[in-house]
Amino acid sequence: MKNNLMKKLMPYTFIFPALLLLILFSIIPIIISLVISFTNLDITGLGNWGAVKFIGLSNFINLFHDSLFLQAVGNTLFYVVIGVPAVIALSLAIAIMINFGQNRFFKLMRLVFYTPSITNTVAVAVVWTFMYNPSTGLINNILNQIGLGSVGWLTDQNVAKIALIILAVWKAIGLNMLIFLAALQGIPKDFYEAAELDGASWWQQTIHITIPSLKFSIFFVSVTTLIGWFQFFDEPFVMTKGGPLGSTNSVALFVYQNGFQQSNFGYAASASFVMFAAIILATLIQFKLQNKQQNG
Amino acid sequence: MSNSLLKSQQNSRFIVSVILAVFGFIMILPFLWMFLSSFKTNAEIVQNTRSFFPKQWTLENYRNLFHSGFTLYLRNTLIITFFSFVGMLFNAMAGYGFAKFKFKGRGVLFIMVLATMMIPGQVTMIPVYLILNQMHLTNTLTGIILPGLVGAFSIFLFRQFISNISDSILEAARLDGASEWYMFWHIILPISKPVLAVQGILTFIGGWNAFLWPLILANDEKYYTLSVGLQLLQGQHTTDYGIQMAGSSFMVIPIIIIFVIFQKYILQGFNIQGDK
Repeated sequence: MKNNLMKKLMPYTFIFPALLLLILFSIIPIIISLVISFTNLDITGLGNWGAVKFIGLSNFINLFHDSLFLQAVGNTLFYVVIGVPAVIALSLAIAIMINFGQNRFFKLMRLVFYTPSITNTVAVAVVWTFMYNPSTGLINNILNQIGLGSVGWLTDQNVAKIALIILAVWKAIGLNMLIFLAALQGIPKDFYEAAELDGASWWQQTIHITIPSLKFSIFFVSVTTLIGWFQFFDEPFVMTKGGPLGSTNSVALFVYQNGFQQSNFGYAASASFVMFAAIILATLIQFKLQNKQQNG
Repeated sequence: MSNSLLKSQQNSRFIVSVILAVFGFIMILPFLWMFLSSFKTNAEIVQNTRSFFPKQWTLENYRNLFHSGFTLYLRNTLIITFFSFVGMLFNAMAGYGFAKFKFKGRGVLFIMVLATMMIPGQVTMIPVYLILNQMHLTNTLTGIILPGLVGAFSIFLFRQFISNISDSILEAARLDGASEWYMFWHIILPISKPVLAVQGILTFIGGWNAFLWPLILANDEKYYTLSVGLQLLQGQHTTDYGIQMAGSSFMVIPIIIIFVIFQKYILQGFNIQGDK
């Protein structure tokens, strides 16, 4: 009898540690987050729970009157609209080019393009901050040498967003390129042989065979990339702190600033939920479009 | 294949190679610049000599780096990395549990695990801080380690791999009287070597790069990791790019070396289309 009970409990002992940690640090937090987004929890509330009050939708209403939040939303949309297509187009193009050959050169290139993905964001952001330096940085040096003027990469409000996008795209290419490459290698060779017999050019083959065969990978990469850009945080945090004048601030950074620098936990939680809702909505739209394409 | 077609294919391959080489050079240029600048004197950097290579090689930056507390940050980072391997073991155990046992609630629990992948870090950031605060774990290494210890994606990958291990091996061992734990250590883990390799490397990289939780939870320099220390260094030595580049090199170069050694395991692990 005792043996039987042990047998029944055995599977749970294997999943228990992982499950406990996930429940404690993912499931419960999301519930707490939802609850405190309707409260005025701040640093005083942390010491004295009696001071915490439910304030209904006030946080959410205030958010949409907060010019800093609206600016962060605008910036985040800019990151998404420019960043997502750039990542998909570049990683796809590089994957197709690397798939051209199998020799050591192409293997080396696979390694070269993947390397930025594994390196530490803080270290890389420090390096790029130096490269973007207006007077001693590498990029302006090169621009000056070919006769172009200096650019205030991180100091000009209009350029700073682009500067961060360049870095983030550089870092994102590798992983997505590998996903495309794995998919490219799965396309049957006879598709191309048949097209060759019909006299299709390389370009026609790419448009009519390669891209359609990669539909699922493109969908997967666009969903994950979109989610990633919605949560854009590390680069603006290390390089610009959201400046100059809030021009690079993202919603994720807004949550961090309000939560951990100003200790407005309730307000920050409500901003994070707005972000979560936007991610879910955008993902649902992508799934809808994908289904439509498949059925149509 | 006709001769002219072969020739045109060779030509286009050559053009593609050139484009890749140029673009590839731009991709690694930041790393070259970082590494070479870390050996320049700060005077040379400020004077803006515009030379790519150091005029006068120096190890001064690295010496300063270790005088500014990097040894301590390295120790903390290695401790965190070590414990993230314990986390990987938990993931493997959960993967085995979900793959090879039938039990009440398996489906629901597994979906719950997968659902946690969708939750953005920023949504749970504040509540996790509040929970750790209630547990009196802020400003401790335990607090820094716990939130990132297990990951749903890793559990998912272990489960996928382990469900492909044939049941007959396990049945045979069971008939011989092996316990479930014995089978996990002596059969499941050795067979799972390929997935352990990928997960091991990713775990190492994750631990080495740990940034957000140490940043939020450590009020005290005593618990800073390399990433947090580097970020602090950037704030303190705003114009001393030499030491910043030395710190960045110290973080980036070991990862690149490890990656180059184990690349064949990682590069295989990304097939999302095709086999289950």
